[in-house]
Amino acid sequence: MKDEITRDERVANLKGMGCSRKRVEDARFTQGKGNYVDDIKLPGMLHGDFVRSPYAHARVKSINIDAAMALPGVVAVLTAKDLEPLNLHWMPTLAGDKQMVLADGKVLFQGQEVAFVVANDRYIAADAVELVEVDYEELEVIVDPFKSLQSDVVLREDMVAEDGSIPNGAHGPRKHPNHIFTWEAGEEEATNQVIDNAEVVATEEMYYHRTHPCPLETCGSVASMDKVNGKLTLWGTFQAPHVVRTVASLLSGIEEHNIRVVSPDIGGGFGNKVGVYPGYVCSIVASIVTGVPVKWVEDRMENLMSTAFARDYWMKGKISATKEGKITGLHCHVTADHGAFDACADPTKFPAGFMNICTGSYDIPVAYLGVDGVYTNKAPGGVSYRCSFRVTEAVYFIERMIEVLAIELNMDPAELRSINFIKKEQFPYTAALGWEYDSGDYQTAWDKALLAVDYTGLRAEQAQRVEDFKAGKTRKVMGIGLSFFTEIVGAGPVKNCDILGMGMFDSCEIRIHPTGSAVARLGTISQGQGHATTFAQILATEIGLSAESITIEEGDTDTAPYGLGTYGSRSTPVAGAAAAMAGRKIRAKAQMIAAYLLEVHDNDVEFDVDRFVVKGSPEQFKTMKDIAYAAYNQAIPGLEPGLEAVSYYDPPNMTYPFGAYVCVMDIDVDTGVPEIRRFYALDDCGTRINPMVIEGQIHGGLTEALAVALGQEIAYDDMGNVKTGTLMDFFLPTAWEVPNYETDYTVTPSPHHPIGAKGVGESPHVGGVPCFSNAVQDAFRPFGNRHTNMPHDHWRIWQTANDLGMHD
Amino acid sequence: MIPAAFEYYRPTDMAGVIALLQEHGDDARVMAGGHSLIPMMKLRMAEVPHLIDLQAIEGLSEIAISGGSITIGAMVTQHEIINSAEMEKAAPIMKEAALQIADPQVRYMGTVGGNVANGDPGNDMPGLMQCLNAQFHLVGPDGDRVVDARDFYEAAYMTDREDEEVLTAVSFAAPVGGFAYEKQKRKIGDYATAAAAAQIFKEGGKVSAASIAMTNLSDTPVWSEDAGTALVGSTCDEVAVKAAVTAMLDDIDPTEDNRGPVAFKRHAAGVVLGRAIARAWSRA
Repeated sequence: MKDEITRDERVANLKGMGCSRKRVEDARFTQGKGNYVDDIKLPGMLHGDFVRSPYAHARVKSINIDAAMALPGVVAVLTAKDLEPLNLHWMPTLAGDKQMVLADGKVLFQGQEVAFVVANDRYIAADAVELVEVDYEELEVIVDPFKSLQSDVVLREDMVAEDGSIPNGAHGPRKHPNHIFTWEAGEEEATNQVIDNAEVVATEEMYYHRTHPCPLETCGSVASMDKVNGKLTLWGTFQAPHVVRTVASLLSGIEEHNIRVVSPDIGGGFGNKVGVYPGYVCSIVASIVTGVPVKWVEDRMENLMSTAFARDYWMKGKISATKEGKITGLHCHVTADHGAFDACADPTKFPAGFMNICTGSYDIPVAYLGVDGVYTNKAPGGVSYRCSFRVTEAVYFIERMIEVLAIELNMDPAELRSINFIKKEQFPYTAALGWEYDSGDYQTAWDKALLAVDYTGLRAEQAQRVEDFKAGKTRKVMGIGLSFFTEIVGAGPVKNCDILGMGMFDSCEIRIHPTGSAVARLGTISQGQGHATTFAQILATEIGLSAESITIEEGDTDTAPYGLGTYGSRSTPVAGAAAAMAGRKIRAKAQMIAAYLLEVHDNDVEFDVDRFVVKGSPEQFKTMKDIAYAAYNQAIPGLEPGLEAVSYYDPPNMTYPFGAYVCVMDIDVDTGVPEIRRFYALDDCGTRINPMVIEGQIHGGLTEALAVALGQEIAYDDMGNVKTGTLMDFFLPTAWEVPNYETDYTVTPSPHHPIGAKGVGESPHVGGVPCFSNAVQDAFRPFGNRHTNMPHDHWRIWQTANDLGMHD
Repeated sequence: MIPAAFEYYRPTDMAGVIALLQEHGDDARVMAGGHSLIPMMKLRMAEVPHLIDLQAIEGLSEIAISGGSITIGAMVTQHEIINSAEMEKAAPIMKEAALQIADPQVRYMGTVGGNVANGDPGNDMPGLMQCLNAQFHLVGPDGDRVVDARDFYEAAYMTDREDEEVLTAVSFAAPVGGFAYEKQKRKIGDYATAAAAAQIFKEGGKVSAASIAMTNLSDTPVWSEDAGTALVGSTCDEVAVKAAVTAMLDDIDPTEDNRGPVAFKRHAAGVVLGRAIARAWSRA
């Protein structure tokens, strides 16, 4: 048989790894044809809405539902008393704590769920919320974690024993009723010794403010309990649908096979949709009680006020070095404000996530990290907003400490980084706080970045600008923001990573149809990342069928294999690896079928793009389509019919993507308005599956980094009132505020990943936040600035200039 | 974000509107573009049992420019202001300001009438109208009356308009000289941190008349007569601008909010006014 197209054309037709295949999801997303939770409408469906606390800390003395129940169309009003017999008035959090589903005697943050109204339509539900009468007795509010640890006010009475003693928490001993845990890594004594005797020491305190992932689609669920067959179906905004099924089963007592959890299209997650929220539980209970489907969808203010926040880390650092700039030790202490309940979404053994990656990209011989978690009267959460577990905090910390050390040494911060990079030949590198970095070539990436932006030229321009400013020729200063980051993603090895006891493997199941197309299902769930596009590309390359012929399905626990979901850039490192491994199982069987069809020994055929060929005789081949058909229509001795495979992949290690970013910024010192002149982002995410999707991820992550660095915050007043509860005050950048991004890359494959890929969705956020912040801080460095806290919004930048006497 | 129940009316003539207002008193509100009122209703911060939509009333959507006088119907949208070639010729400051209001989606619906009548100190048109010494045309049960924009605003959301009255148009003399609307905001769609409207007339190389108004720096727009006076006779040199800024700072009374503390707002107000004066003078 003569082949009519060239090998290159066959490769192109495959649309496999490395090609910028257009996203198959976008046709429906751009035409309003997506299917989100709020699009789900079932016959007889009821609507739920919450009565929420206006107070940050109060005793709930009574709840009167009579007026609400009297409103026509109201079906039920649930309170903690109704949930208590089911033992659902509290629920476990992913962090080993528990959280009130509905206020059980008191409220601990503004916006906390107090009662759940169920009505025939959404409007009646909202009206009924106003008719529920709650009698509150206000209590002293604590919004400052340092004051919380000194206060006599006990926030969580359930966390103190009757004799007044303080029982251990999920992560060991607690030293105050409002203290949650102490978590340590590294060697404190050895670190202190090095720092105490060092030639140069820089210390700094920094506050990484509270912000919020703010996905465009808020959280919601639709629960439908079928009392005839005993099956519960739950649609919801879940980044981890399989874990939700397990938790729902454990909480409700419904056997797991009788629960089907579906994550339909999800409009962004960014960590906000990892945890379990009271709304999910209440919709389930309401459906069980009423026997009809119940929908709950929160509005924007509810999302910002009550669902999982990110950051709120008070970080204190000490870094030591030789006079020449070689770092000798690093000490970090964090006071972590977790709000009213510890609802962080971290692997069980990591109550501060992977904050212990805070030695960054540098070869630091000895280090120590201590984290104290604290309760306050703020919303619970502490999720990883577009980053792996607390990695944005860690990278911000080290990248600020490097800048401060550079000031102490009177050294250029780019040079200081170069002096201290982990060298290419040191990989795999075990850091002082325990992680084993898989691969990296930092200096090459750094040099490429500095050359691309003409770093030397920028510094000369900046020096001239300082002169001009001092001479009164300009009122704009210029900042050059640098950051070099190492992410730790792809959680993770089951031996040290689990969520509620579930090991953090992931999975792929693939079925090849007789005519040579396929469906693959994975344990992850896309929230906009483009899994249907990129996973098909991995499989196309692995099994030799065009990506166009492979359907990717995720999110339905009745059909997809068990997996831990999508967050922490784990989809490609873990589920992508499972896809590759499942594909290789398909290929192994296909090889046997091909050999049978070609009447040669198994070892005499080899895989070539989309076919198996007889070695040394390329005109003798069977395409994967031929093989797929044969798998179903021929009796092949020694082989079962069919062509399908499943792989559960437990990664041997995390992956460590890295990158080098530079931001050039001009700042008007009179208005505090920053203008981003240039942003250069070099990312190394190992093997690149779809360059266009990578670029989109980088644009998105950088934009969320810009938001966080330059103004996005959840701010509270002293009474615990949320000051930034709408998009008027909570900064969500539009195209107008976003600069042009220049993207670049190097490729350092992961040595342990089947295709060498490392994950990229979160890198730009992790690297971007310190880069934007460093640009602001660098602009003021020549005028005496050392450190100022984010967010760098207009007035705070103005304040910095003012404090430095630049308005005099 | 679910409003309380309300009755919706869409009368076809002004008499019908007035009748509804008389019947329901302060339980009724008229709605032009709805881009301030509807969000307030959804947040249940405004309770409006009777909502009267002005969309079907004829004669409120015209821009009339003749004999040096400009009249803008209350239902003219910001989008229409921006895209009116005649308006750009007669009063280019209107386009410059309207482009700084909210975002294109809001400007398609948001109206001049709604913007000036709502009494929100964050709105941009009230300050601009004061700068231009505009007149607001009101119609009510007792007939028509005209109020100067400079006399219209009493406090946040409190104006000289009676509950039974409707603002039907704004009018002003075609401005002469150089102009500028300068606004500092945190992002697209935001209200001003500080904004300044400046109109400057030059004769013989010097300022012969100047009008200055500030937005979102008090609970009402602030027309600063003294700031304008400070420029008269000058060449908008550093000393004159400083005097104008000093005069303006005496007239404003900003409060702290998420945009920043009072000291910052006063500083920003001075900066935006300085820039507005410089640009207006360069065009005078």
